[in-house]
Amino acid sequence: MVILQDIFFISLLILAAIPLGLYIHKIMIGQKVFLTPVLAPVERIVYKICGVKANEEMRPKRYLLAILAFSLVGLIVLFLIQLLQGWLPLNPQQFSGVRWDLALNTSASYVSNTNWQAYAGETTLSYLTQALGMTVQNFVSAATGIAVLFVLIRGFIQREKETIGNFWVDLTRVTLYVLIPLSIVIALVLVSQGVVQTFLPNHIASSLAGGLSQVTPLGPAASQIAIKQLGTNGGGFFGTNSAFPLENPNTFSNFIETFSLLIIPSALCFTFGKAVKDHKQGRSIITVMLILFIVGLTVITISEQYLAPQFAGVVVSGNMEGKEVINGIGASALWGASTTAASNGAVNATPDSFTAFGGMTMLVLMQLGEIVFGGVGSGLYAMLGFVMLTVFIAGLMVGRTPEYLSKKIEPYDMRMVCLIIFTPPLVALLSTAVAVLMPGAAGWLTNSGAHGFSEILYGYTSMANNNGSAFAGLQANTVFTNLVGGAVMLLVRFLPISATILLAGNMSRKKSVAVSEGTLSTTNGIFVGLLIAIILIVGALAFLPALALGPIASFFTN
Amino acid sequence: MKPALNNQIKDALKQSFIKLAPQTQIKNPVMLVVYLGAVLTTLLFFLSLAGFRDANPGFILAIALILWFTVLFANFAEAIAESRGRAQADSLRSARQDVKAKKLVSAGDPSNYSEVLSSSLKKGDIVYVVAGEQIPMDGEVIDGAASVDESAITGESAPVIRESGGDRSAVTGGTFLISDWLIVKITAEAGESFLDKMIAMVEGASRKKTPNEIALQILLVTLTVIFLVVTATLLPFTHFVSGLVGSGAMLSFTVAIALLVCLAPTTIGALLSSIGIAGMSRLNQANVLAMSGRAIEAAGDVDVLLLDKTGTITLGNRQASEFLPISGVSEEELADAAQLSSIADETAEGRSIAVLAKQRFDIRGRDMAALNAEFIEFSAKTRMSGIDYNADPAEATEAAEATEAAETAETADPAEAAEAAEATEAAEAADSKGQREEIRKGAGDAVKQYVLQKGGQWPQECDQIVKGVAEVGGTPLVVARNGRVLGVIHLKDIVKNGVKERFDDMRKIGIRTIMITGDNPMTAAAIAAEAGVDDFLAEATPEAKLKLIREYQSSGHLVAMTGDGTNDAPALAQADVAVAMNSGTQAAKEAGNMVDLDSSPTKLIDIVRIGKQLLMTRGALTTFSVTNDVAKYFAIIPVLFFGIFPQLTVLNFMHLTSSTTAILSAIIYNALIIIALIPLALRGVKYRELPAGKMLARNLLVFGLGGLVSPFIAIKLIDLILTLCGVK
Repeated sequence: MVILQDIFFISLLILAAIPLGLYIHKIMIGQKVFLTPVLAPVERIVYKICGVKANEEMRPKRYLLAILAFSLVGLIVLFLIQLLQGWLPLNPQQFSGVRWDLALNTSASYVSNTNWQAYAGETTLSYLTQALGMTVQNFVSAATGIAVLFVLIRGFIQREKETIGNFWVDLTRVTLYVLIPLSIVIALVLVSQGVVQTFLPNHIASSLAGGLSQVTPLGPAASQIAIKQLGTNGGGFFGTNSAFPLENPNTFSNFIETFSLLIIPSALCFTFGKAVKDHKQGRSIITVMLILFIVGLTVITISEQYLAPQFAGVVVSGNMEGKEVINGIGASALWGASTTAASNGAVNATPDSFTAFGGMTMLVLMQLGEIVFGGVGSGLYAMLGFVMLTVFIAGLMVGRTPEYLSKKIEPYDMRMVCLIIFTPPLVALLSTAVAVLMPGAAGWLTNSGAHGFSEILYGYTSMANNNGSAFAGLQANTVFTNLVGGAVMLLVRFLPISATILLAGNMSRKKSVAVSEGTLSTTNGIFVGLLIAIILIVGALAFLPALALGPIASFFTN
Repeated sequence: MKPALNNQIKDALKQSFIKLAPQTQIKNPVMLVVYLGAVLTTLLFFLSLAGFRDANPGFILAIALILWFTVLFANFAEAIAESRGRAQADSLRSARQDVKAKKLVSAGDPSNYSEVLSSSLKKGDIVYVVAGEQIPMDGEVIDGAASVDESAITGESAPVIRESGGDRSAVTGGTFLISDWLIVKITAEAGESFLDKMIAMVEGASRKKTPNEIALQILLVTLTVIFLVVTATLLPFTHFVSGLVGSGAMLSFTVAIALLVCLAPTTIGALLSSIGIAGMSRLNQANVLAMSGRAIEAAGDVDVLLLDKTGTITLGNRQASEFLPISGVSEEELADAAQLSSIADETAEGRSIAVLAKQRFDIRGRDMAALNAEFIEFSAKTRMSGIDYNADPAEATEAAEATEAAETAETADPAEAAEAAEATEAAEAADSKGQREEIRKGAGDAVKQYVLQKGGQWPQECDQIVKGVAEVGGTPLVVARNGRVLGVIHLKDIVKNGVKERFDDMRKIGIRTIMITGDNPMTAAAIAAEAGVDDFLAEATPEAKLKLIREYQSSGHLVAMTGDGTNDAPALAQADVAVAMNSGTQAAKEAGNMVDLDSSPTKLIDIVRIGKQLLMTRGALTTFSVTNDVAKYFAIIPVLFFGIFPQLTVLNFMHLTSSTTAILSAIIYNALIIIALIPLALRGVKYRELPAGKMLARNLLVFGLGGLVSPFIAIKLIDLILTLCGVK
């Protein structure tokens, strides 16, 4: 049953990803699509208001500067909205301003498409903050990731060209033609299933038990949940995220939400294949992603089903601790694998309660660098970094200086590739080390022993890969974690982005070399296998010792 | 050879210690980490004696010693690679001694000179060199012709001719004149001469890191930084977790350093520069001098080879393969005339006609004197050669003697030139006496003109024969006697043995071969088909070559070519890999980025092989180094955290004795593997012409899988030995 569900899910995902990928390609190159008649006037108005010259292309540095400036402004606005929400409208619960360090952490988290949440939405943020602050960043941070991917793709396909597109145009088009229409569809489906979408204050019912009252939190949730899944953001409207019935009411909504968190990253692989005029290139990348995903999914499912602690006299039912009964092990495992493979971070169960290997697999899927699907755009551009690393080593072994998609990989490119690939693991390890060095770090943890270390490692790994899922068990809302975490999230988002844009610029300036029998194929089975090997080796080399002290030790000590 | 090798090893051993200097170590960041690790563990050892016990002093000392050996092994690898070059450089240096040069005031007057030291010569100075003297500096011959011994540079003892004008006018400082004299215009100054460049190249003194080497180094440094962070963060991690668990303690610094060295890509880090130096050295052994390491890498990437037809694809000379008489003439009559006209023809083509005539009809040499024959040499103007002789031999004795004298004079040295001239005159005088017959052979249109001029008939049939020969790639030579066409000699271009197979191999690895020839398109197409090249450029001019190169480059190809003449210079400058013949002109040498000291046209193929092999060796050892790490992790990690989580020893499926022996085994393996791979780094990995996919699969199997498996076996063995020796 579980297997059938997984097979159905993956098949449907790929079937839907192909047309969506081709659609996004049209958006990238500015072709007409069926929505053009409706949206083109809106697009023109946006450009007019913002003073954007749509046909003016940018050089890499200017493009990068636009991204950084745009994100900085977004960060400041989001920060101010949170601080000042007490004086702003649409605040039926009368929440006061968010504490400065939490507001800063949250702003960094949303701007970097991480959506790490050291707060619970329903007790911290007003509707205005949620709708105007969080939802807006959910859209634009996702669009920024896709824009950066567009730039890298242009770098590969352009020859001896200095400019790499216009950030404002990419941002507008992706938001307008891709994210908003998809979000509307998904939001409507979710509302039909019972996800709330209202500006009414919380509903309070007096319970039969004397004196106690039952509070049902409400708010404009569906619209935000649609984009938090689609844009691999993952920040829940409510504190318990998609484990909360009003955020994820039933099996169907759970399926839709899981589906929508992988659909865009999958589709972008096909966009890539179309753009480089070789479908096989996109296909080999999605094959690698799928293989790693299926392996992860299998390990989690088996581990949750069979490796749970057994209690005497209890019928074996697998590990249901921390899982919604309505989802069961299968859908919780599928969600767990999806949310960590893509850098989404939304949860429908408590990762802390997963078995040692189940939790470790989720940890590893993040530690691989958020490239198994990964974030929208960011997953594929980081994966392309791995592809270039693989090409570099394999290319040498066929006796040529390495090239990918007919572009030579030279020292400058290698430097950028190293920044893209190795920033997240370095930052994850260093920030975890800094955290454990803090006096009283042990006090932030729910568990002791190896599992306690897993909690802190998971938290920083999540932030350092822009995932945002929380193991739970790590007390996150401290000044230290907020500030270090905020810095970590910004660093691992914008350092690789900068490297990607500069890499794309350098690639775009190059001539392409001719393809011959002596050229390394990047689409055959050997290459797919090699790419998987390199991804696993890099991940293992960086994290195996830490994992041995955490989940691996947990497994053997329990 | 044996003592030389011993000397090289001795020299390399000495260098291994000299290279311990920090300023040398800092150039190789990966090995610098090992070096600093060795220094730190040594310090920790002394501290442990003084009371600060990071770990067991014996263990620290063992680690420190192994790390020092690791550094020395890496130094040795580089030194042994350099030593071959150094030996070669020493012999070159002896050729570069300062000599006295006869500097002329003016080129026209060799007697008016002042003696100066060769090192003080400037560009543009003119010197006079006579037999037995050393040429003081690189230059261009502006007057004279002489045979020169260039063995100091090429290793080839047969002297070569250098003369003014043409493509053999460049002379190199340090070579010796064996005969005659030359007037040379100096083209280089001390310190920048060809010999200086050569010494610098073979010695590696001016060896700059190549782009690909830099890119690889960036990756290796990044990996090292990662491992630095991995091991450094293990200190707080183990401290924290031991606190949470309540057992065990923080990792010792010594273990952290040992772990770092195990994991850092030291194998490739230690051998990287040796691979580059050895590649250069292999090129030098093939007698090719690369002006930059960049050129070797480019050679690996080349996918279009422009090959000169003559000498590369076909034997240097065409050979007569058949006689094709026109109707009414017997084959033997044609053969007889052809033989007669060629008997005094010293060219290989002429000789081959004589040979064919002898084979077919047993026509042998004849009494040239009796015929009073006069040989008419081929000239660019008439485009014919031939012979005039007396129909009645008796009248010709006197003339024959004179002719003989003239012939000997032609080949002898210039001193007898005047005498020869007299002899020729005498011969001509004698010619006028008897009834003269004349035979002419040459290109179709040239002979046609001659025949018509003589009032003869040009048979239609002959045109067809000529066309037929050209169509199959041959060169037709029409033979006529006294204005009457006899037939055609088919001169055939002989395609070298094995070239077709070679080009097939090239095609397999994605290299297009293009034949460059001055022949007409029809002939060229036939030879191209026979040799199996991918394309050809017929009636090639320097401009056409340049255009062809540009076309290929603009569609993304990398082009390699060989050239020698000054008119090749623009094309050489444009090509990505440009091999100039050492016998070529100065201009060609300057335009190229490699010089082939043997001046062999097939060298290009060897150069491509060496380039590819260099890149492959780098990739293979990098793969090996990285996959090794996986095995090292499996050896070390299960026992590393024994104090904190004794349960993890379940994973110690290699059954290593203890964390001490596991760590020692891993770093001993790490050090020994460097030594073990030195021969591979120097020799390069085995190279075969295979398509990219197969080559990758093969190398992955050997170096990827091999790299994964071999440390398991080696570490287990070392662990066993250590345990037997009582290490716990």
